[in-house]
Amino acid sequence: MKKFIQHQGIVVPLLSDNIDTDQIIPSREMKKVSKLGLGEGLFSGQRYRYIGKEKEGLNPDFILNQAPYDKATVLLSGNNFGCGSSREHAVWALVEYGFRAIIAESFGTIFRNNCLRNGLLPVVLSAAQIQSIADEIGNTKDAFSLKIDLQKRQVSSSKTPSYDFVLDDYSQQMLLNGWDFIDLTLQFRQQIDQFIHHDRKLRAWAYL
Amino acid sequence: MPRTLFEKLWDQHSVSRLPDGSELIYIDRIFLHERTGCIALNGLQDSGRELRNPRQVFCTMDHIIDTFPGRADKTLMPGGTEFITKTREAAKFFNIKLFDINDHDQGISHVVSAEQGITLPGLTVVCPDSHTCTLGALGALAWGIGTSDCEHAMATETLRVEKPKQMRVRFEGTLNPGVSSKDIIMYLIKSYGASGGQGMAIEFCGPVIQQLSMEARFTLCNMTTEFSGFTALIAPDTATFDYLSGKTYAPKKQHWAQAIKDWEMLFSDEDAVFDAELSINCSEIIPMISWGTSPAQSVFISDCIPILQDDAKKSAAQYMNVTNEQSLINMPIQGAFIGSCTNGRLSDLQAAAEILKGHKVSPNVKAVCTPGSAQVKLEAEQMGLHKIFIAAGFEWREPGCSLCFYAGGEGFSDGQRIISTTNRNFEGRQGRGARTHIASPMMVAAAAIEGKIVDCRRYL
Repeated sequence: MKKFIQHQGIVVPLLSDNIDTDQIIPSREMKKVSKLGLGEGLFSGQRYRYIGKEKEGLNPDFILNQAPYDKATVLLSGNNFGCGSSREHAVWALVEYGFRAIIAESFGTIFRNNCLRNGLLPVVLSAAQIQSIADEIGNTKDAFSLKIDLQKRQVSSSKTPSYDFVLDDYSQQMLLNGWDFIDLTLQFRQQIDQFIHHDRKLRAWAYL
Repeated sequence: MPRTLFEKLWDQHSVSRLPDGSELIYIDRIFLHERTGCIALNGLQDSGRELRNPRQVFCTMDHIIDTFPGRADKTLMPGGTEFITKTREAAKFFNIKLFDINDHDQGISHVVSAEQGITLPGLTVVCPDSHTCTLGALGALAWGIGTSDCEHAMATETLRVEKPKQMRVRFEGTLNPGVSSKDIIMYLIKSYGASGGQGMAIEFCGPVIQQLSMEARFTLCNMTTEFSGFTALIAPDTATFDYLSGKTYAPKKQHWAQAIKDWEMLFSDEDAVFDAELSINCSEIIPMISWGTSPAQSVFISDCIPILQDDAKKSAAQYMNVTNEQSLINMPIQGAFIGSCTNGRLSDLQAAAEILKGHKVSPNVKAVCTPGSAQVKLEAEQMGLHKIFIAAGFEWREPGCSLCFYAGGEGFSDGQRIISTTNRNFEGRQGRGARTHIASPMMVAAAAIEGKIVDCRRYL
């Protein structure tokens, strides 16, 4: 997994609530048995123009196609970002496109876990903090960029106050070190086997 | 110390408390499908890791397979065949049970997992699919995960989980005629919002729950993910035990007796404490229908669309081509779909057939019924339900997820209005530009006949 220590990048606002994983990547964009090749399908319902079912170039009205947001690596959103389908393709698409962090008021539970497994940092800020960043983006003529420091668990910029965010120590360490979480759990193998040995006696009916 | 049902399940499966406060939870059953499970199996294969207990891992084909009669590996979805063949190869490689296309027990994962007795009360069950919460209706701790977590579960028999907060929703009153558990869950989501249960383990209880059939309970729990819950739970009772008795993978003989003893302990203790409690008076509910692009954007069929105050509602109304304070009644439809993990079970088909009997689908409507599993289809055919659907003008399909979502193959067209028993009315869900209204099987059947949205109660 790609490490996340510090990142500075342009922020794109997509401020609606409940942006679901069907919007992030529609099912029709998941064409191969692969975790790769999905960046092109990111937000494809809005990012492209269509003639019938066929894509006809980029949709200039969509913010990701407009400078300076076309270079954005941080996405700013509202409440419940990534709700809906469990598809990890949503995270793979965001990562492949180039996003390193998502700032939102809250996240869909499965989506948040998927972010943590793929080095995409989910940052939770309050509605007021998100609004102040959005206001600053609106006031800035050029690109507005934020610095995200995972060691300090802090978001800052030259134009807004610094905001601390909450992320549990374990997830922080996973991201800082780029650890593989399956390898980490396999260190508990003995404990898991003991659990099963004991549990089989208690709940014989549960085992096939 | 009094414990909730959720806490009893959680404690039973806790292998270890990890330093950060999350817990290593033992996983009893893993269910996969060809859309996301296939990638997890391939990921495991590529990493050279072992699948620890193949006996407790199951896989079905449901998401992108065609549902036309005579179907095979070739699909309308571009690239779909690769998902099918690779899933089959991986299932064989890891020696896991596969419910393959056209097998007598194939179907939608959450339908099959219940009707085969794979999910049982007291088990932990995961599937890389957000509607896994459906199975909480059996008193199992069942939740949807991503592909990476699925690989983790297969390689370690555990998952690292942060203990979720807990909510209890009590359903009081009685159900009015023409009202189903689909309407109840839509009413809950409408009342408290699409993020109303965010991240929480939500127990459903109360007199209405006790009276619901197992199938109706599955429908109720199914849409807990549309409420953003971690999962749903219903304490098992005799309806649960009767439902499971004799199922293929359910315990037998002395194991069954022991299981029942254990299952009878699965309830929230009298003084158990929840982080949040809600109460719904079901007597107030009449048939529901969604008007927007979130399941929370729903109304009673007799009500008008609310005043569109915020941008999200305005943009949803624009997409759906509906306006402020408009009634949905008499709005013409071009599609009607009955099926899915929400409403693709026998009782759903029965409820729809009851209304369709002796009627014809409006000539302007493409009407499709896709049973949730081969077993549902067989039982429906034994009861002659297929004849009612076909005589009315419905297509009678092979089991699968079908038109619940558009994967690039079969779908509805830009601008078409569809009434559907599915769970998501998201933009583009059933086809790019397609407008989905979610509702109960009775509502869909009535609308299909009239070619427009109507109150199903006129057919009762």
